[in-house]
Amino acid sequence: MTRLKTQVLIIGGGATGAGLARDLSLRGVPCLLVERGDIAAGASGANHGLLHSGARYVAKDPQAAMECAAEGAILKKVAAGCIEDTGGLFVAVAGDDERYVADFPSHCHRCGVACEPLALGEAREMEPVLSEKLIAAFKVPDAAINPFKLVFENIDEALSLGTDVRPHTRVTGFRRGRRGLEAALLRDMQSGAALTVEAAQFVNAAGAWAAEVAALAGLEIPMPYSKGSLLVTERRLARRVINRLRSSADADILVPGGTVSLLGTTSVRLDRLEDCRPTIPEIDRIIDAASKMVPALAATRFIRAYAGVRPLVGAKTPHDDRAVSRGFALVDHAAEGCDNLVTITGGKLSTYRKMAEKTADLVCAKLGVAAACRTAVQPLAAGGASRWAAPGLAPRLWLKAQDPDDLLLCECEMVPQSAVDEIVDAIRRQKAVVDIRAIGQRSRIGKGTCQGAFCAVRLAAYLCDRGLLGAGDGPADIRAFLVSRWKGLRPVLWGRSLVQEELQEALHCGLFGLEL
Amino acid sequence: MSDQNSAPVDLIVIGAGMAGMAAALFAVNRGLTVAQVGSSAEIIFASGLLDLLGVHPIATGRLWQDPWAAGEALRRDLPRHPYARLSKADIQGAFTEFCAFLADAGLPYWIDPGRNTPVLTSLGTFKLTYALPATMQPGVAARAAGRRCLIVAIKGLKGFSAPQMAASLAASWPQLRAATMAFPGARSGEVYPEKMARAMELPAAIEDLAAAIRPHLDGAEAVGLPAILGVGGCRAVAAALSTALARPVFEIPSIPPSVPGLRLKEACEQHLPRKGVRLFLEQRVTEVHPLGDRGFALQVAGRPGFQTRLACRSLLMATGRFLGAGLRAERGRIRETLLDLPVFQPQDRRQWHRRDFLDSRGHPVNHAGIETDRYFRPLATTGRPAFANLFAAGSILAHQDWMRMKCGSGLALATALAAVRACRRALAGTLD
Repeated sequence: MTRLKTQVLIIGGGATGAGLARDLSLRGVPCLLVERGDIAAGASGANHGLLHSGARYVAKDPQAAMECAAEGAILKKVAAGCIEDTGGLFVAVAGDDERYVADFPSHCHRCGVACEPLALGEAREMEPVLSEKLIAAFKVPDAAINPFKLVFENIDEALSLGTDVRPHTRVTGFRRGRRGLEAALLRDMQSGAALTVEAAQFVNAAGAWAAEVAALAGLEIPMPYSKGSLLVTERRLARRVINRLRSSADADILVPGGTVSLLGTTSVRLDRLEDCRPTIPEIDRIIDAASKMVPALAATRFIRAYAGVRPLVGAKTPHDDRAVSRGFALVDHAAEGCDNLVTITGGKLSTYRKMAEKTADLVCAKLGVAAACRTAVQPLAAGGASRWAAPGLAPRLWLKAQDPDDLLLCECEMVPQSAVDEIVDAIRRQKAVVDIRAIGQRSRIGKGTCQGAFCAVRLAAYLCDRGLLGAGDGPADIRAFLVSRWKGLRPVLWGRSLVQEELQEALHCGLFGLEL
Repeated sequence: MSDQNSAPVDLIVIGAGMAGMAAALFAVNRGLTVAQVGSSAEIIFASGLLDLLGVHPIATGRLWQDPWAAGEALRRDLPRHPYARLSKADIQGAFTEFCAFLADAGLPYWIDPGRNTPVLTSLGTFKLTYALPATMQPGVAARAAGRRCLIVAIKGLKGFSAPQMAASLAASWPQLRAATMAFPGARSGEVYPEKMARAMELPAAIEDLAAAIRPHLDGAEAVGLPAILGVGGCRAVAAALSTALARPVFEIPSIPPSVPGLRLKEACEQHLPRKGVRLFLEQRVTEVHPLGDRGFALQVAGRPGFQTRLACRSLLMATGRFLGAGLRAERGRIRETLLDLPVFQPQDRRQWHRRDFLDSRGHPVNHAGIETDRYFRPLATTGRPAFANLFAAGSILAHQDWMRMKCGSGLALATALAAVRACRRALAGTLD
């Protein structure tokens, strides 16, 4: 049984946990971060990639709107490498609520969200994919953010500052003392070994799993789950973020994601976290609704769908989860007799830094640490393997380097062997498992039009040649990769995506017999 | 417009995949005048292995050593499967005739009559198949005898790792060893199977490769490598390399681009015209005009500006599934792309695929397709043949899952033969 000691144990390897690890280590506080799966496995790896201007919340959730506006400006300075400052539009089409449209500018102004009205012709010139039936258009400072790059940059910097990061490590219980927690009991999911971590302070940053973690400490947090499903287009459709100007409903937002566009989303109540998958009716609903705003969506090829779970804190079963505040919740469990546990949950990717700051402030106060937060001014350390998560980088670097021996393993996204080498090193530093899925999580491999059908085989062969995959693991790893991608493929299998899938099944089942 | 084009042929085959090529061959072998329109590009995705029937029922994943016994069980359990309309003699005859054609074209195939044969793949798995290229057969013999083998991978050839194969097979075939080497003459960078295969048709290349392999032999009794042993001249290349190494060599199928698939394509493209088939490859049928008893008139287009009109007394669709574009899936339903014939299909898209990619029951959408009468004539919504002289063959047919059953080639060849036989009778007026 391994026993570790640290100042702060952070439970959760998403944006909040990673941001907190960086914040605390910049303040000189030693911490250990544990995550039951791979880094960014929850909502941080399944969101819209939208850095909200806040305009979406000005009518119903002004607190969240103001937070987004302020944080957006900060992140554009300190996380510039993860952000494409695309700008955004809010557009209404014939039949949309004209009162909502009329009230929009004043609500934005009240919340400090910059908002500029546009002539309809001007909006359609800026974004030709917009419907001809526009009735209103406004410009706002939305931006696109790469959540994988963001989370991995936070993790890598925390690592370099001395944080211990342990993915595939799951909390199984806590040892309680008189006035709080003495230790967390964990299991290493790779080896099965048990682990104990003693810490002065414990932070539950487990996102949608925060209620489960709190329950292990004997505490209750009401947390309904709201699933949001999204779609990835084959090609980028618009320069800017395009939002529907109406009270929040399905399929309101189309966000650029480098070389593709991300369309979403839905809000479906889930009873169990395990049920999180994009469904065919959801996907069809999204396309039908969004086509009113961008007609080309009706004929676009989608290469993948995905879904994430929003942790909604404090909801006492409202009728519509969209009415629950998108603000975050920082809960100090001292009020419940547990002095050294805090839970930070709710919130949005856009406000992750603020959530981490508030949590770090509270934890430092409890520790008697006086150091101030620096994350609002100190830029994230860029470079390193996390750059491979950004679309378009791999082709540029590979073409520049002109190294004929550096073969492309993923041809759709042009990711070469050298990138894989760097990513494998990063995975080892992050103590995660070296397999195709982990490499896919940290790069563009498998995210192009073939969705991994061919690159999985090339990647497995390369890893075997380099001795990085255990004996006989090639077929098993490919199988696990294909099975894990399927959730996202199944709802979009029509047109050319079905052609691609037929080829994939012909190869992997017809020839290789992976199903047998 | 030449006279040749305007005179109707007995049969036009639409589709240039396995079923289309076979149908054109069987028709011309039986004295019909034949034209064929289609794209043969997709056949390079084919591994070169010709399956008959390997798995039944797919829900249990039961593998069969005897494909004919498997066929009997399948006919009993799946009476709507195209095989249920065919006898063992029908299917065997189709394989015999097609493989004879391939042998004449320089592509001998090997069959162990009455048995499926396991073939080593580049992933280290074994694929059960019926007819395999002769260039792959020595690997089968080597494994059956537990011989020491050297697996050679080529530096710069992606997706083919000799260490991966050796590791996968460490328990069941421990006598395998792995070596990786540069292709002679390739200084650096990526190498391509087709280029290497063509290079291997030069005697000097064979000697250079043998020289590169020799230091690694260390008592190996057979040598396996990627499928790069020539294209049209593969029989001679394989023999020459074996001689140079003084032991058998064998090819191992891998991910596309597949040279064995390319060999099939070239064999058909070069030898079918010699038998009298008029080939219109890399072209599409853009219009079909039924002419009642007289047959059909087709508009064919290919390269920009190239258009021709063809006429035929009967028509055979071997247009494939989604990859071949014989079927197209819209968001709500599946359509047949040539004549908008009714397509047997699940009620809606939610039923097309299972939640698990590798669900042993297979995906219901794979059973979608064209239903036919016993003469392989596609049915209209009335349940009667849409046209008296329209036939269909191959993977476009409903009620089969070739990828899971491992019956793709058998389906293509046998239904092509049956359709051509029915077509002959129809032309002679002896079909009821």
